[in-house]
Amino acid sequence: MNFKSTIGFEVHFELKTKSKIFSPSPVTYGAKPNTETNVIDWGYPGVLPSVNREVYRLGIMVALATNSHVLPVTHFDRKNYYYPDSPKAYQITQFLQPLARDGYIEVEVHGKKNRIGIHEMHIEEDAGKNTHGTNGFSYVDLNRQGVPLLEVVSEPDIANPEEGYAYLEKLRQIVQFTGASDVKMEEGSMRVDTNISIRPVGQKALGTKVEMKNLNSFEHVRLSLAYEEKRQRQVLLSGGRVQLSTRRFDEATGKTVLERVKEGDADYRYFPEPDIPPYHIKDAWVKEIAASLPKSAADRFADYTGKFGLKPYDANVLLQTKESSDFFDAAVAAGADPQLAANWMNTQVNGYLNDNRTSLAEIALTPAHLAEMITLIKDGTISSKIAKKVFAETVTKGTSPKAFVEAKGLVQLSDMSVLTPMVKAVVDANPQSVVDFKNGKDRAIGYLVGQIMKQTHGKANPVAVNRLLNEELQNR
Amino acid sequence: MEVTEEMIKHVAILSRLEFKADELGEFTSQMGDIINMANQLAEVDTTGVAETAQVVDRDTTFRDDVPEHWQDRDTMMKNVPEKANGFIKVPVIIDKDDND
Amino acid sequence: MNYLKETIDSLNKQLASGELSAEKLTTDTVANIKATDKQLNAWITVYDAAKPAADLDFAKNRLAGIPIAIKDNIVIDGMRTTAASHILDNFVPVYDATVITKLRAAQATFVGKTNMDEFAMGSSTEHSYFGATHNPWNLDKVPGGSSGGSAAAVASGQVVAALGSDTGGSIRQPAAFNGIFGIKPTYGRVSRWGLIAFGSSLDQIGVMSKRVRDSAEVLNVISGYDEHDSTVSEKAVPDFTEFLDQDVKGLRVAVPREYMSDSVDAGVRTAVEHEIDVLRQAGAIINEVSLPHTKYVVPTYYIIASSEASSNLQRFDGIRYGYRAKDAKNLLDVYVKSRSEGFGEEVKRRIMLGSFTLSAGSYDAFFRQAAKVRTLICDDFDQIFADNDVILGPTTTTTAFGIGEEISDPLKMYNNDILTISANLAGLPAASVPAGLTGGMPVGLQIMAKRFDEGNVFKVADFIERQNKFYEAKPAGMED
Repeated sequence: MNFKSTIGFEVHFELKTKSKIFSPSPVTYGAKPNTETNVIDWGYPGVLPSVNREVYRLGIMVALATNSHVLPVTHFDRKNYYYPDSPKAYQITQFLQPLARDGYIEVEVHGKKNRIGIHEMHIEEDAGKNTHGTNGFSYVDLNRQGVPLLEVVSEPDIANPEEGYAYLEKLRQIVQFTGASDVKMEEGSMRVDTNISIRPVGQKALGTKVEMKNLNSFEHVRLSLAYEEKRQRQVLLSGGRVQLSTRRFDEATGKTVLERVKEGDADYRYFPEPDIPPYHIKDAWVKEIAASLPKSAADRFADYTGKFGLKPYDANVLLQTKESSDFFDAAVAAGADPQLAANWMNTQVNGYLNDNRTSLAEIALTPAHLAEMITLIKDGTISSKIAKKVFAETVTKGTSPKAFVEAKGLVQLSDMSVLTPMVKAVVDANPQSVVDFKNGKDRAIGYLVGQIMKQTHGKANPVAVNRLLNEELQNR
Repeated sequence: MEVTEEMIKHVAILSRLEFKADELGEFTSQMGDIINMANQLAEVDTTGVAETAQVVDRDTTFRDDVPEHWQDRDTMMKNVPEKANGFIKVPVIIDKDDND
Repeated sequence: MNYLKETIDSLNKQLASGELSAEKLTTDTVANIKATDKQLNAWITVYDAAKPAADLDFAKNRLAGIPIAIKDNIVIDGMRTTAASHILDNFVPVYDATVITKLRAAQATFVGKTNMDEFAMGSSTEHSYFGATHNPWNLDKVPGGSSGGSAAAVASGQVVAALGSDTGGSIRQPAAFNGIFGIKPTYGRVSRWGLIAFGSSLDQIGVMSKRVRDSAEVLNVISGYDEHDSTVSEKAVPDFTEFLDQDVKGLRVAVPREYMSDSVDAGVRTAVEHEIDVLRQAGAIINEVSLPHTKYVVPTYYIIASSEASSNLQRFDGIRYGYRAKDAKNLLDVYVKSRSEGFGEEVKRRIMLGSFTLSAGSYDAFFRQAAKVRTLICDDFDQIFADNDVILGPTTTTTAFGIGEEISDPLKMYNNDILTISANLAGLPAASVPAGLTGGMPVGLQIMAKRFDEGNVFKVADFIERQNKFYEAKPAGMED
């Protein structure tokens, strides 16, 4: 019997605001427990929420970037449940009138393009954090309480784990390029829940859904979905019944493990939040936000491979993060040759970031520096070899490449009136090289170039030296 | 609509309340009367009538995204029944279903 | 210090002239409260160390140095606030309600917190963890509720004015039972920031005083936009005293026949009819009208208020503040035992009702249906206000009942609210003004107007007050 899978995702993004969604407490990461909180976050008697405009703006950016329809009227609802990290014992969310509906994104798997539907997206508040002790107690930190979240709910349109993986990658990239979220799974600014059911091909009714929450990485998502496909198929083939349940992925075994069996939906007693009136999203605002949207990754890819002639691989490396793409764009805007800038970004710069576990925002190198250095290479002022020295200086100290090159006398020696006699002298001093060259041994030139570099302390323009040596040897 | 002790027990779980066995009977009959009173609304024809959740005839206001520190941790900890190292301390959270 | 013969104006004059010192006024007020409250139990907390604000400016601030009573569901930074509940009996707020901030700015003095039904749920102030409050007109009777402590404090002359809160009549009904004036402003007129929530879409803070003008003066101070409450209006606040000392000629007055039916005690009806006659003779146009959904307001109200309350009161869970049960062994115990021991009977009933009306399978038939009927109730009022300026009727169906008389019959208690709760469902401004006595107990006349038209409410109340001069009567129940 053949089975068809139906996969859906609920992805939470922390929106990148300075303050919380319903209170002005700062949004920070890694602060001491309960230091970034106030009476609203604690659900004190008598407090009321007040909505942060920026949360709507960032949410609308993501809606627009995913081809979703921003709804004209939005309203918050209360989702009631007791948990120590939920101070009011309800979460303020959007249940009936969310921010946006009916969007889609395009994914490509093995060269095949497909549209994955987005059912809806809504804004809501995050909960605090519980730490479970071993001494019979748990410890509650409310710093995260009230951090704004955007939950993106896909249509159950996804046919297999690979497509699911591609959906998450694409969604992450789209959201990242709006600048609305940091999308870091390791810091929890992107959190993935997935669900999967299978049914015999030809059967209309969907199978029983199994949910998996808070997966650590896209790879875990793919592996757990693949495992579930196989497991559920075996259950059905052996005449069993898939249980409506939540399972978790066990990294060590690569299997999913039953966490809890659900008996129908939990009774969250949703009702309209009486403390916040509805909000009508005006067209003019949506247009203004649309006009301010940063260029998408797809548009940038088209530019990189088209206008700049980069290889798709190089373009994709640049597009791995918005920061690196923005850095590259800024360097090109400052006059850098795009191909050289891409090469430098993807090799030297990335290498430096990886070796030093740092980020573009933290290093001293600016896009203007990179552009300046590339211009020096391009106009022959410095060699690639010298450029590496310059880079090492600029990336750590922020020294201007031009100033550094001048101060250290690193300017490349390209003056023909100096180089020509030098080349003649070297050839004269190495008659065996002439013989080797005539016998077709290219290595001979390399040796002679090395001699000249030695004499000039690496400053000779290698291109010019090569050309002069060739001419000289031909003429002997 | 018949209100049974089972119903009351279920709603008590939702409400995180408990009633002693001897209170439950009287409470159930009282709740029965109240719910039947509430049930009178069934006779009103509300076809096509919009819901009124609020009597505010304008949109919510927005706050600018400017972070502010209102209360420090010591202030917030003042009313906490049990605390440890800047955390609120609670008996260990056992999700009942975990043991299924 | 007894305030029976005082007004804000008379106090302001004495303070400004130096005839009375604010310090002495404060200590005398506290002393009088302590002396008289043994009979009334109108206060939960009295501040022995109460002090007037510094640098009092009597010319600028009419309330400067004048003690105002605050209902104990309004938070004051550093001052215990209990909502009359065991679950909060040790709770000390760490911020001020907006009304407190505004009263501070106006240099009013805080002398303590008044008794109430627990979490404002009740209409007799018998449902208080701190014991029942007694009616100064007859100590065996209830003062009404839930703002019964504020009402008794004003009626007995312990203070000149008090803040109350009104979710279904909790200012107007006790005002009626105590022979004083009480106004619930339009929903959205006064910030709810710092008011411990009961029914969030219905709750509104208001004022109680013997004299109409005094409430207008206090309401002037506490009204207006507040960035902390998204439901508060940005509309400009008029000077409410400008609506006083007006005539009522040509004023269009609607009297719903449902409010004057046989279910209203004859004595109450007669007193109200008398006041309506007075208005007619003064040139007001009286129109008999109908509010056809009146019989549904009680179930509609109890579903909506209890649903919201069930959610609002979930935060009292023994984790972050308030009472935590001593013997709780696990988390569920903390929740269930803290709440079951911490809440009183009536609060538990409302939480249970609200959890039920919101629960899966009940939501459509109860909460959603109530939200729709609420629309029909609002429509009824819109129609009447198309041709009328105010709606008049009795505030309550009876005068104050006896302590212990109705506490065991919640349904009967709920039905008492039938005349007051429509104003909350529709968000209308409404007040109760004394309309004489029947059987030795005060009767209240209720005045409702269009949203944000407190002006007409004050106009009519002030007119009635000038005619019947009820404020001259002294509550008969107090022993000297």
